[in-house]
Amino acid sequence: MPTPIDRDHVQQLIANGAQLVEVLPHDEYEEEHLPGAINIPLKELKGERARQLDRDRPVIVYCHDYQ
Amino acid sequence: MSPRAAWRLEALGFFDVNDYVAGKADWGAAGLPLEGKAAAIQTAADIADRDPPVCQLDEPLELVRARVLAAGWTACVVINEERVVLGLLGRSAITSTDELDIESAMAEGPSTVRPNVPAEKLLERLTRRHLAQAIVTTSDGRLVGVVRAASE
Repeated sequence: MPTPIDRDHVQQLIANGAQLVEVLPHDEYEEEHLPGAINIPLKELKGERARQLDRDRPVIVYCHDYQ
Repeated sequence: MSPRAAWRLEALGFFDVNDYVAGKADWGAAGLPLEGKAAAIQTAADIADRDPPVCQLDEPLELVRARVLAAGWTACVVINEERVVLGLLGRSAITSTDELDIESAMAEGPSTVRPNVPAEKLLERLTRRHLAQAIVTTSDGRLVGVVRAASE
């Protein structure tokens, strides 16, 4: 089950090597994104794109807010 | 959207999936840096004075007034030990000679803006509403700084 986390926890996980993924469309990612985040839009989050991610490290997903 | 993405990743076999549900709106509102095209736009955090006059509730108002005026300001942000904004001593409270304590003299719950508000919009708003300054805080109420109107 995915774990909801807050900002402090995000910073801790990033410091420990977590992968940060923005799941918004490309144009919104280009406009602004968290430092170090990669972009995999929700619609593209399938096998091939997901293989960009390391299964052995924590993954953090985010979008704009509580959407 | 991010909960759906998180569940999808779990379905794809990822074991340690975390959902930052408050997202980049929360990140920016906390004054943390963002990257991308919009990062070039000047924000309230960029133009705020990061070292404005501050005081706590238990300080003698007379000393605070003297300190604020000597620093060339006519306002002082009242904060607690966590730098959470409790109130504002505005021009009238600072320039008055009434013998009050800070809690009686301050305006409680002053309006605040987040650090990621575009600077141009904020300065326009100050001018339009004839406001002397805007207090910039993080989304959890901690003081980032004060933006003074151009005429101040």
